[in-house]
Amino acid sequence: MNVFDIIGPIMIGPSSSHTAGAARIGKAARLLLGEPPVKAEIFFHGSFAKTYRGHGTDKAVIGGLLGFDPWDTRIRDSQRLAEKAGVSIHIATGTLDDVHPNTVRITMTGASGKTAVLQGASVGGGNIQITQINGMDVDFSGQYPTLIVLHRDHPGVIAQVTTLVSSRQANICNFRLSRQEKGGLAIMTIEMDQSMDEASAEEIKALANVVDVILFKLN
Amino acid sequence: MKISYDTVEELAELAEAHGQRISDIVLKEQAQAMERSEEEVYETMRQSFQVMRQSVKDGMNPDLRSASGLSGGAAYKMKRAVDQGRNHFGYLFGNAMSMALAVAEYNSCMGKIVAAPTAGSCGVLPAALISVMEDKNIPEEDIVMSLFTASAVGMVIAKNASISGAEGGCQAEVGSASAMAACALTELFGGSPQMVVTSCAIALKNILGLVCDPVAGLVEVPCIKRNAMGVSNAFVACELACAGITSAIPASEVIDSMKKVGQQMSSSLKETAEGGLAATPTGCRLCQQIFGNYQ
Repeated sequence: MNVFDIIGPIMIGPSSSHTAGAARIGKAARLLLGEPPVKAEIFFHGSFAKTYRGHGTDKAVIGGLLGFDPWDTRIRDSQRLAEKAGVSIHIATGTLDDVHPNTVRITMTGASGKTAVLQGASVGGGNIQITQINGMDVDFSGQYPTLIVLHRDHPGVIAQVTTLVSSRQANICNFRLSRQEKGGLAIMTIEMDQSMDEASAEEIKALANVVDVILFKLN
Repeated sequence: MKISYDTVEELAELAEAHGQRISDIVLKEQAQAMERSEEEVYETMRQSFQVMRQSVKDGMNPDLRSASGLSGGAAYKMKRAVDQGRNHFGYLFGNAMSMALAVAEYNSCMGKIVAAPTAGSCGVLPAALISVMEDKNIPEEDIVMSLFTASAVGMVIAKNASISGAEGGCQAEVGSASAMAACALTELFGGSPQMVVTSCAIALKNILGLVCDPVAGLVEVPCIKRNAMGVSNAFVACELACAGITSAIPASEVIDSMKKVGQQMSSSLKETAEGGLAATPTGCRLCQQIFGNYQ
């Protein structure tokens, strides 16, 4: 904790959890898709579902999807800006099983036809936890530079990836693996103390059995 | 030199041992911890202060209304009363009230604010500092430095108790903001580090036990007016401490008791909108109106 966790964040109101955190989740979703979305379904759960209009949670998530930071005043106007940019937005509410009360699931389609699904929770003070990517469990906060490696479940892939990470002088502070089924698609979540450049991420992407790599730098 | 402290008393002892202000010690310690220069850390804080000043200005707009329709326009009314000399407790006090309302209302209306320590309590610190800065012609540099004292006190409260309404009730949000503002003011007026600690104790004691009971779960009623109360309480604590009055209960014990009171508080009184003002007949009716309107 430092002084700017107390005097800060600078944000668009009214709520650090329901507005600032929601914008960060939207921005994480935009990074996951890796291209401007043309369509997004925003599904609110729990307290988000109950109070999203009063807190501008919808505007915040849409703003994040458009690439805005939590302090960007364009968040107030994000619905109109999305419409202008030709992004079709659909808001839905309901219940997700066994998740934090401030959870949102965002299903996106990009200009190239690429689709992605991100689920995250706003856990207080503008902090977030990304809990699912494309239906697979992940767990990261975006506080650290984070590599998400989508790969085929094949012996040696983890060793290849972590060797490359260490060769870039990045120290792994948290590692998590999740797979759909044996031999199927799997996801590595790698949080690092040091930042990594896009070129290194591209190198990991070129490794055998790696399907996609996303480098999250949310701060 | 490694600087570390776990309580506000230890922080004051450090400042006294070095013959410096608490803010000087905190800036040095933070620059070390963040591996940045003191100038850079100061500059980041100065930028936050600029956002605070802008939010005071923008929040005075008479036409501000929140999405729920529950709030907006109060700061303007208060400001008008002050400008016309119709308020009863002096220019500084009235002006501080209007500024606290302005920032808190601006937050409710999706304005750009600095959480201090939270969004719900974001009006207290800017109102206390900017009203005094204008009234007493204090240089901006001193005000920005006082924010380091305020945030150090906030960090100690966050570590030893809580600054979250969901965890500790409103005492943890507006209470912490009020204590932070009291400490900043006491240092600005030349109070000793010991007096700063006393003002922290007094401010927190006065708000101990305050529940978090937002109508419809929104950061509006009663949050906005509690920001004005938070500033007035900071003034009380600063005045008493600077007059040499001490606190019978030491600040660190007050903070510990705030944590315990927060734990003993029913969850219906901690931001869930199930108790207190949120559960009054009018609170329930407003909630129904707001969320009924949306459907």
